[in-house]
Amino acid sequence: MNSAVIVFPGSNCDRDIASALTKLQFKNKMVWHKDTELPKSDLIVIPGGFSYGDYLRSGAIAAKSNILKEVIKSAKSGSIVLGICNGFQILIETGLLSGALLRNKNLKFISKDVNLKVVNNNNKFCSKYKKDNIISLNIAHNEGNYFTNKDHLKELEDNELIPFKYCNSKGVISNESNPNGSLNNIAGILNREKNILGMMPHPERMIDDLVSNTDGIDLFSSILN
Amino acid sequence: MKITNEIILSHGLKIDEYSKIKTLLNRDPNFLELGIFSAMWNEHCSYKSSKIHLKKLPVKNKYVIQGPGENAGVIDIGDDDAIVFKIESHNHPSFIEPYQGAATGVGGILRDVFTMGARPIALLNSIHFGSPENTKTKSLLNGVVSGISGYGNCIGIPTIAGETKFNRTYNENILVNAMAVGLANKNKIFYSKAKGTNKSVVYVGSKTGRDGIHGASMASEEFDENSEEKKPTVQVGDPFTEKLLMEACLELMKENSIISIQDMGAAGLTSSSVEMAHKGNLGIELNLDKVPCREENMSPYEMMLSESQERMLLIIEDGKEESAKKIFEKWDLEFVVIGKTTQTNNLVLKFKNEVVASIPIDALSSKAPLYDRKWNKKKVSSKKVDLKNLESIKFDEAFLKIVSSANHSNKKWVTEQYDQMVMGDTVERSGTDAAIVRIHNKDKAIAVTVDSSANYCKSNPKTGGKQVVCESWRNLIAVGAKPIAITNCLNFGNPENPEIMGEFAENILGMKEACEFLNYPVVSGNVSFYNGTNKKNIFPTPVIGGVGLIKNLKRIQNHRFKKIDSQIIVIGKTFGHLGQSVFLEELYSLQDGPSPEVNLTNEKNNGEIILKLITSGAINSVHDISSGGIILSLAEMSLSSGIGVKISKPNKISNIFEYFFGEDQSRYILEIDKKNYPKVEKILKDNGIYFQKIGITQNNLFELDKHLKISVKELYDINNKWYNSYNGFVS
Repeated sequence: MNSAVIVFPGSNCDRDIASALTKLQFKNKMVWHKDTELPKSDLIVIPGGFSYGDYLRSGAIAAKSNILKEVIKSAKSGSIVLGICNGFQILIETGLLSGALLRNKNLKFISKDVNLKVVNNNNKFCSKYKKDNIISLNIAHNEGNYFTNKDHLKELEDNELIPFKYCNSKGVISNESNPNGSLNNIAGILNREKNILGMMPHPERMIDDLVSNTDGIDLFSSILN
Repeated sequence: MKITNEIILSHGLKIDEYSKIKTLLNRDPNFLELGIFSAMWNEHCSYKSSKIHLKKLPVKNKYVIQGPGENAGVIDIGDDDAIVFKIESHNHPSFIEPYQGAATGVGGILRDVFTMGARPIALLNSIHFGSPENTKTKSLLNGVVSGISGYGNCIGIPTIAGETKFNRTYNENILVNAMAVGLANKNKIFYSKAKGTNKSVVYVGSKTGRDGIHGASMASEEFDENSEEKKPTVQVGDPFTEKLLMEACLELMKENSIISIQDMGAAGLTSSSVEMAHKGNLGIELNLDKVPCREENMSPYEMMLSESQERMLLIIEDGKEESAKKIFEKWDLEFVVIGKTTQTNNLVLKFKNEVVASIPIDALSSKAPLYDRKWNKKKVSSKKVDLKNLESIKFDEAFLKIVSSANHSNKKWVTEQYDQMVMGDTVERSGTDAAIVRIHNKDKAIAVTVDSSANYCKSNPKTGGKQVVCESWRNLIAVGAKPIAITNCLNFGNPENPEIMGEFAENILGMKEACEFLNYPVVSGNVSFYNGTNKKNIFPTPVIGGVGLIKNLKRIQNHRFKKIDSQIIVIGKTFGHLGQSVFLEELYSLQDGPSPEVNLTNEKNNGEIILKLITSGAINSVHDISSGGIILSLAEMSLSSGIGVKISKPNKISNIFEYFFGEDQSRYILEIDKKNYPKVEKILKDNGIYFQKIGITQNNLFELDKHLKISVKELYDINNKWYNSYNGFVS
């Protein structure tokens, strides 16, 4: 399977995700933000980092870059697109995903491993996880506090468009297990067609027991499937 | 402009130093030249008070590729891999403007590392604040931690280890030391030495603004009540630009275009150009009209003394200018040829078709003042601490008070603001004896740690210097790494005071002794004098950054207990040394008695055996015993694992406080599977290593005879309160 990782000035998880994709048997290409053409790829990844220094608003400038025009075109025609952390913020800024990512509720950068419940696995990104699996992934962000309006929230819940929610080690989804203040403990969302996933946690950091755990692997193998 | 005494003094120069300038130039300097001298001759850049002492430190072993004198030190870790590392202080700016001060401290040290051709792979820091009750402490703590977090997270280098300490000695002068560690190909290391005449001198990175002018001179003075006015001398950092600069430099370094490269750190364009020319025994001529400026009508004086961040100076091979420029354009960065190397051995500055300064390079470098300042030997207390003179306290109360104190509480509030996992190779994060980073795609890793022991160094600078090197060595051993080399950041008071200069001189002697004995040389470092306000100096605080090598990733170790019913033993002799201990400090606010002595032979023997045991896979967990003694080390092992202990005091030792809170050196706690115990015992006995059995691990209860009994969960809660309640946020 071919993958493409978009690199913006200020991306800093681009090398990590490329390394993970290669390890998990993707044929990966890096794509520079000034490029005007996407290589043929089955998966497009918008990596984490601080694209354009997060100036103006996280993801706002990247969303207007050359290559994003191509990503938007490709996503609308059904390509699989994964945005992680800053990538999620960029997808929101493009309008491919709806809602907003606000400052964390404690107003500080949060970097830690969190528990997530796979609340929906009926999509291309999560088929290898069992429904209600509890997995642990790392988060590292300033603005991961997901917010949206009531109607959209209902749509997300009703249509199984929320794959991951923050929970505690026993799977309880509550205020205490919500690291950043996200509405309904949302850690990631899909678009209506379920070909685009934006998520704050970093699956690419969880592919190796020596460093962390391997809970991120199933996300990539689901896509490969 | 006539140069008056007032102008000379306001440049941080002494009148006799000014006379020396006149002699070296054979004339009066103009105002610009005076500024350049002040930038190069200040303590921060010239090391004029420390140089003769620093020369005593060992700087070589078989791993060292580059010792002190370059942007950073370099060691060989095999397979053509080299580790490049250095620690640096940013104390003065951080006290005035904590966020930017700390942020640019991180930015500066990162540039030192990637300048040499290394991709940074880890950041560490050692931050010291005044007492928590001091009115400034809370905002300084919040500002500094956000500054470190803001810069390191954005550029995408994991901040994986450090120390955060509080002591009233830093009330009016905090310490912010940042360390960076990078990975390079050992055949592709870049140096600052210029080579060849008539080569292009290229300015890359951000534009020059009016920030940070005289920053290095500020860092070479004591603070007083007017220090707030120095805010404009603090630089403003932009980690985004630094990220671009780093990627552009690393990209250019893949080609054979760079002759030499130097970052513009303290004293900016002045020190970078002089440094390159001096090392290459050349002259350098700059056309200041070409310097990219952020603000209008900047004078040569401002351009030469600005400390705007994220800038570099390169000397480029003939004919490579265009291809190099393309790379910087790709990253949207300035790339301007601003001068050339010359044969003249002079720094010549041109502006609007006029020569505005011409100074012999050696007058700014090798002929800068060098002082053998007067120093007094410290009178060391030898009076043993007598518990009988202290108000009695119950053991469990004493223990819980320490576990819940600012200095010994869980530091998650700090470390969770740092991205520790970016780059995907962090094997052990903050909170362990040493953090571990894997070498990407390889079966090896490095361990890194930063350590300081200001109380010990205050009471006895020489023993303290020895101890802090040993502590660093021990922390690396405890994770299964072979200690290779160190970088040191020497934070001291005013060197013009013979008592302070004595602390420095003796501290170096102690360090030298330990470094030599352990074959653990110093490859880079930084001296920060004048830490104090209104003649009140801080405690001598050398911070040691240690790097060790782990050749086999299967044989790493940590301090988390692994299972219940294992044997717990203490390696090394416990005499119950309470002088300068956490026990006295936290419970009685006393800094009393002598510092603990270090027996270097025992240190080395104990450490080598531990490393051997870890390599053999015979032990479950290891922790070094440091401040707080055995009981605090055990608590850390329990808190990190959720597993409790059932321990007793060995009979021979009379006093329970001395035994469990004593801070004797060269000791470790081991957890050993009972089935492995006979084998381990035999190895220890065969090698003449002193050890004592003190108990076993057990489920969920932290228990010491009849003195202490608490669930690990409860202990955890007590240990996790302080930061959140202090900073007024409950997550």
